Amino acid sequence: MPLLEVKELSVTFTQYDRGLRRKKATAIQDLSLSVERGEIVAVVGASGSGKSLLAHAILGILPRNASVGGQMAFDGQPLTASRIRQLRGKRIAFVPQSVQSLDPLMRVGRQVRQAVRAGDPAEEQRMAFARYGLAPLTERRYPFQLSGGMARRVLVSIATVSGAELIVADEPTPGMDPAVVQETLRAFKTFAENGTAIVFITHDLEAALAIADKVAVFHAGTSLEVARAADFEGAGDRLRHPYSRALWRALPQNGFAVPDLGANEPLSRSAVGCSHARGCALATIECAKTAPKPRELRDGMVRCYHAT
Amino acid sequence: MAAGRQSGIGKFALRQAGKLALLLASACAVTFALISQSPIDPTQAYIGADLLRVGAEQREAIAAYWGLDDPPLQRFWAWMASLLQGDFGTSMIHRAPVSEVIVERFLSSFALMIAAWLLSGILGFAAGVAAAMRRETWLDRAIKWYCYALSSTPTFWAGLLLLIVFTVWLPIFPVGLGTPAGVPAGDVTWLDRARHMILPALTLSITGISNIALHTRAKLVDVLASDYVLFARAKGEEGFLLFRRHGLRNILLPAVTLQFASFSELFGGAVLVEQIFSYPGLGKATVEASTRGDVPLLLGIVLFSALFVFAGNLLAELIYRWVDPRIREGQSE
Repeated sequence: MPLLEVKELSVTFTQYDRGLRRKKATAIQDLSLSVERGEIVAVVGASGSGKSLLAHAILGILPRNASVGGQMAFDGQPLTASRIRQLRGKRIAFVPQSVQSLDPLMRVGRQVRQAVRAGDPAEEQRMAFARYGLAPLTERRYPFQLSGGMARRVLVSIATVSGAELIVADEPTPGMDPAVVQETLRAFKTFAENGTAIVFITHDLEAALAIADKVAVFHAGTSLEVARAADFEGAGDRLRHPYSRALWRALPQNGFAVPDLGANEPLSRSAVGCSHARGCALATIECAKTAPKPRELRDGMVRCYHAT
Repeated sequence: MAAGRQSGIGKFALRQAGKLALLLASACAVTFALISQSPIDPTQAYIGADLLRVGAEQREAIAAYWGLDDPPLQRFWAWMASLLQGDFGTSMIHRAPVSEVIVERFLSSFALMIAAWLLSGILGFAAGVAAAMRRETWLDRAIKWYCYALSSTPTFWAGLLLLIVFTVWLPIFPVGLGTPAGVPAGDVTWLDRARHMILPALTLSITGISNIALHTRAKLVDVLASDYVLFARAKGEEGFLLFRRHGLRNILLPAVTLQFASFSELFGGAVLVEQIFSYPGLGKATVEASTRGDVPLLLGIVLFSALFVFAGNLLAELIYRWVDPRIREGQSE
């Protein structure tokens, strides 16, 4: 049984257009994802594809004008709004994307200690800082005295000291130097080996492949494919979706092929058809008419008529 | 680094001292210029009711004794010279040295102003916090409505209203004065003074409340929409814990600063309120000095109030410098 199961999730925003006319904008549609204990699932996609909103939906911190559809379950029980409130900070931890997420007027050591749920807070905090290469003096610093990379390591510390069973990490690595990125990724891997489930949201496919077991390729508010990390190899022939293949081939070591990846805009404006239809070599009239439903394929998921 | 910080403090003190000197000098010059152009005849004001018993010759003698016939600039320098020696002159109404009158009146005003200042600070801050934490609810709407209504209410009108309600309809509080009438000064108790102070202090705090409440509300609404509060929610913090950890410290500093910077409104308000309640403080002395032409007292009060407001602003700035780590530790980097 997966620890976290997301089924047909949708996130819709109600906005006021000119005057008092209400407008609905769909940011995530028909998204399914599951994470087992001890598993790292990477969610990879360009910025604006709705990755962060997925994280915010799991943590129940979407803005007030957002409405959530579909089902989520944690450890076999439905993840309702009130259940999320009980779980977050205890069994579900979050690594936010913004470095502004640290309280500007509180020493960072204290912010880490407040997240500790079991054991000696000071001890746990020092161990976490040592693990991510933060000098002991850092605990006396205020956020404005830290570099972006240091602030991210503090955020990762906060998530990991909580002892949560599920960590949702939203772009935890930008601004860190490569050695620290490796260290952080290794730490995630260690946590996973000890049974923690990790949702690793990133736009960095390489970083994702370094640690992930499964990769969900995100585009325009939904996942086009869920592949095993091992499927990303060679020319990408084992990948199911043309978009994932294009993403893989765009990496420097795979030839830097820059394809037209299609518009990555909110679904409401390109509601009909496959979001990748424009710019896809395999696209047919069918693709432009109705969006393909997700289907199982070779121990993964794909949302494409032409995938084999 | 420590030396750099020392010189930073020295520079700051020097700059503030310079500012203060400039402020007081220009306050002196402007007030003196205004008073010398005013229709008040100091001789007339001095003689007052003894008009009939003082002849024209005597009046000229008084004017000559005071140097009223000298050119304004010369009078200004003479006044400045004695001022620099600590001599503020003699109040004509009170027949006592100006500095003595100011100190005595200020002490009774000070109690009133501090009470109003604390009241408006605490009530305003609490109301602002409550409104922001319960945003878009009836509580928020009620507090906002109250604040807008009060900030568009003239102080004197609010004072009169309180007088009608609490001394005429419900005779709980005394109508005016700082102590009970007809009781020897030695027999006046601490409780008497407090009872006489409640209504004036309440009136004086009314406008301050809405100022600080609306400011605190807006600031806390911003803080609650920040990334760090969003993250705190994701960590399972909510309600009072969330406010205590991340809300309070982030809004307290601006609120305290604002409150110290409001000394000028406090002093201005005291002038009106003390007049309404016949409260024997510095505000009332100001009105008397100007309507009865007590030039030395008026000049003294102007200088004193400038100093008072300056002190408030200076305290606000010092608190910001010493409490906000972004400024405090940013300098030592």
